[in-house]
Amino acid sequence: MSKRHVSAIVNGDAVEFLTDPGMTLLDALRDELDLTGSKEGCGSGDCGACSVIVDGRLVCSCLMLAAEAQDRRIETIEGMAQGSDLHPLQQKFLEHAALQCGFCTPGILMASKALLDANPDPTETEARYWLAGNLCRCTGYDKIIRAVMDAAAEMRQARVS
Amino acid sequence: MTDVLDRADATPRLKVVGTRPIRPDGADKVTGRAQFGADLTMPGQLVGKILRSPHAHARIVSIDAKKARALPGVKAVVTGADFPNLADEFHEGGEAASNLRDLAMNVMARDKALYDGHAVAAVAAISTAVADEALALIKVVYEVLPHVIEVEAAMASDAPVLHPTMFTEGLDERPALPSNIAKRNRIARGDLDAGFAAADVVIEGRYVTQAVHQGYIEPHACVASWAADGQCNVWSSSQGQFMVRTYCAKVLGLEISNIRVTPAEIGGGFGGKTTVYLEPLALALSRESGHPVKMVMSRDDVFRATGPTSGSVMYVKLGAKKDGTLTAADVELKYQAGAFAGSPVGAGSMTALACYDIANFVITGWDVVSNCPKVAAYRAPGAPIAAFAVESAMDDLARKLDIDPIALREQNGVKNGVKASYGPTFANIGYLETLAAIKTCPQYSMPLGPNQGRGVAAGFWFNVGGESTAAVHINEDGSAVVVTGNPDIGGSRASMAMMAAEVLGVPVEQVRPMVADTASIGFSMLTGGSRTTFATGMAVVQAAEKVVAELRRRAAVIWDVAVDQVVWADGVAVCRDPAKATGKTLTLEGLAGQSGRTGGPISAQVSLNAQGAGPGFGVHVCDVEIDPETGHVTVLRYTAAQDVGKAIHPSYVEGQIQGGVAQGVGWALNEEYIFDREGRMENAGFLDYRVPVASDLPMIDAILVEVANPRHPFGAKGVGEVPIVPPLAAVANAVRSAIGVRMTELPLSPPKIRAALDAKAG
Amino acid sequence: MAHVIAPSDCRQFTGGLSEFDIEADTVRRLVAELDRLYPGLGSWLDRRMAVAIDGEIHQDAWTSPIGPKSEVYFIPKIGGG
Ligand code: FES
Ligand code: FES
Repeated sequence: MSKRHVSAIVNGDAVEFLTDPGMTLLDALRDELDLTGSKEGCGSGDCGACSVIVDGRLVCSCLMLAAEAQDRRIETIEGMAQGSDLHPLQQKFLEHAALQCGFCTPGILMASKALLDANPDPTETEARYWLAGNLCRCTGYDKIIRAVMDAAAEMRQARVS
Repeated sequence: MTDVLDRADATPRLKVVGTRPIRPDGADKVTGRAQFGADLTMPGQLVGKILRSPHAHARIVSIDAKKARALPGVKAVVTGADFPNLADEFHEGGEAASNLRDLAMNVMARDKALYDGHAVAAVAAISTAVADEALALIKVVYEVLPHVIEVEAAMASDAPVLHPTMFTEGLDERPALPSNIAKRNRIARGDLDAGFAAADVVIEGRYVTQAVHQGYIEPHACVASWAADGQCNVWSSSQGQFMVRTYCAKVLGLEISNIRVTPAEIGGGFGGKTTVYLEPLALALSRESGHPVKMVMSRDDVFRATGPTSGSVMYVKLGAKKDGTLTAADVELKYQAGAFAGSPVGAGSMTALACYDIANFVITGWDVVSNCPKVAAYRAPGAPIAAFAVESAMDDLARKLDIDPIALREQNGVKNGVKASYGPTFANIGYLETLAAIKTCPQYSMPLGPNQGRGVAAGFWFNVGGESTAAVHINEDGSAVVVTGNPDIGGSRASMAMMAAEVLGVPVEQVRPMVADTASIGFSMLTGGSRTTFATGMAVVQAAEKVVAELRRRAAVIWDVAVDQVVWADGVAVCRDPAKATGKTLTLEGLAGQSGRTGGPISAQVSLNAQGAGPGFGVHVCDVEIDPETGHVTVLRYTAAQDVGKAIHPSYVEGQIQGGVAQGVGWALNEEYIFDREGRMENAGFLDYRVPVASDLPMIDAILVEVANPRHPFGAKGVGEVPIVPPLAAVANAVRSAIGVRMTELPLSPPKIRAALDAKAG
Repeated sequence: MAHVIAPSDCRQFTGGLSEFDIEADTVRRLVAELDRLYPGLGSWLDRRMAVAIDGEIHQDAWTSPIGPKSEVYFIPKIGGG
């Protein structure tokens, strides 16, 4: 079983790693690149804890093969803040107490970012359906949705001014 | 403790408690830096994997692991034979008693596999692929036995018996034959027959709930290292590092002094991580292989081999006078315990009627084993199940008497001085206040449309205190560190820091909370039972008070005055001695900077066994809309009111309530363990075991009622358990109101609603 | 004298009684006194039960004070999630 060499851009940096044919992108991120911010809650595409953005598209990294990452641009939770400045979503999650255990949080933040990248002014219902692939067992989603809506409003404001 | 009451009354003067600061561990959690159970790696670590029984009930005739051991890259294989056989021993530890012998046999099967997913062997190998290959090479010969899952079937006299040594406890006479009924308990008061004779109206029902899983998103995970000198280190995600230490020591026959457990961040537990599954196996594999071993469960493992809470069958009969006064209640609860004794039916029995003042009642509980995973604690263990039955019956009663459901509960509700159904007399409870909060909330009077309905339900949980240790250290710049031994499962670091900051009189940002490993702080019971903010919080407050006393003493040394001439206010020492300059101040920073010359570092540790956690009550109102075509239930609006004593960090208290509601709604509408004819779980994944997602729920309004608990320095009561108690019935009562049919079997899935609608249409 | 109520299971030790009036000022002394009156009862209760003293639940709490008119209720220990 020979390994395959993969080069990709992860959070803006060129990276290289070796992968087994069956290895998922999630395992490559966590085990090969030490980016353990993406979590595995199910390994079957049902919980969203492993959500990352690949070439601008939200994907479950547990469902994507690492080999498919060749030449792709991958964004993970570790690249969300700009240096020590938190992304508005991260900041709003903190202000709204939108996390309890925090295990779903990286995935939900990535999914929310993908939402706001595509739709800067979502309705509450749109946000709820967009995030329907991301399970949170702690919060009941109330504060998560509020944080996302508030971050969206703030980001729109920032764009205008 | 004399000034406690005064302080609780002085609530308005609080500067930190009751505010909503950003949690101290927040930045790590939104940037992906927080290390959860599966995030830690050790040099040279191996991958540990478990072979699980594919049979619900089978004798293990033999296990041949020769081929697996011979596979290159395999470093260890362990089976039941590698673990000591324990005698019956109950480990109380303030949590629900667990029989260590059962615990050990649940971790690794010995002569019988008792459920689909029961661990029968484990391997450690250099990679996941090799470990998986090794599992496939282990040859287990099973003699498959008949199995039983459903609770009443397991109680039948011809049911296959799981444990030939199980003779029902709690009967008037010891039975002659073994059975699957571990125990009967009974709580009674008054004269049941007379109570029903006095009733004008009687309501009766049979209620069924299915086993449901806690559903934490983080699967169990740990890394364990057994060093050549016998020193063991475990990193794991659990609700209590000390619990992990005790259980590992017992299951493996080790000295506690040789085990150190470091808590990882925990990705949800809800009671499900109050026991061990992986840690003793990882240690055993590490011992045999000489390497650290990491084990991470798959979601399939989590469903098949951990948790869940009981499925049940219940009978409720209520009697009342025309004016609504309850005269009698007969409640029978039959709970699945899973493969080993110990369902939460005891707590279910004690909570079943705890909201009501009834003169005559009998509550009978049956603890029944069957071939499904051993149940684990799940938020207010046992209470939501019983509340589903009793609160459904109360709703039918209100309907029959044409009394508003809140008014009926007010009329019969417990208040201070009333003897609880489970015995003691209530004090400082806020049930009536909580009912009033729902009665006056906007949702309760909002008009309903077609196919819509509204349901109300109440719930109770005891809340507990228990043993906790906390330390407060003052750094040389005047900042502080608060150290506790309780994993932070939902924001407890924030509340610990806030309580310390309040006492020290400093901004909360100046206090850094830490969760320490078992070698770095004194014993604490686990995070659970809604005890942490209450009990560990009490230890934090007392440690901070000791530090304040010490700071005053140091200031007195510096000013050369008597200690009683120094007061501590807003984080500074103030001199009151008229002989010296009155009003002279010393900051915390100033005192800390000179601590070397005034007596050394300033810190304090307090260990205590907190008593008097105040009982909590919740009242919920749920509005639903039914799609008559599909039978689908949409939750339109939800308001939950709860007596929380005093909310230390209101956002996280609201979060606890909203999260409990969401879990309860899932339990009511979607979630259930489904077994096939061979007793194998059919829906062991989030695709088919459907927990609520964001689009399934509305905003959940949380109303915090604050009836102070005089035993806590700031009046706090536990909050985490109560919110999951009322939702099952609140949803079912709303569905009843919408479709005009009483549904008595959870979950209220679309096919069941459709069937009910069809039957009604005739 | 404190009024003590124990669960009905305790009748195996008492030959039928489950309510007692006992002179004791702490849980520890109460348990010892029950053991003296009905050998085995005190330690049985102590191992398995929590006590509610005047409505307040105490677990594993030998030093908890009992007043002269206290109501002491033995109830099963309570865990939680
Ligand atoms: S881990 Fe990828 S969706 Fe759950
Ligand atoms: S915060 Fe725990 S799963 Fe979302």
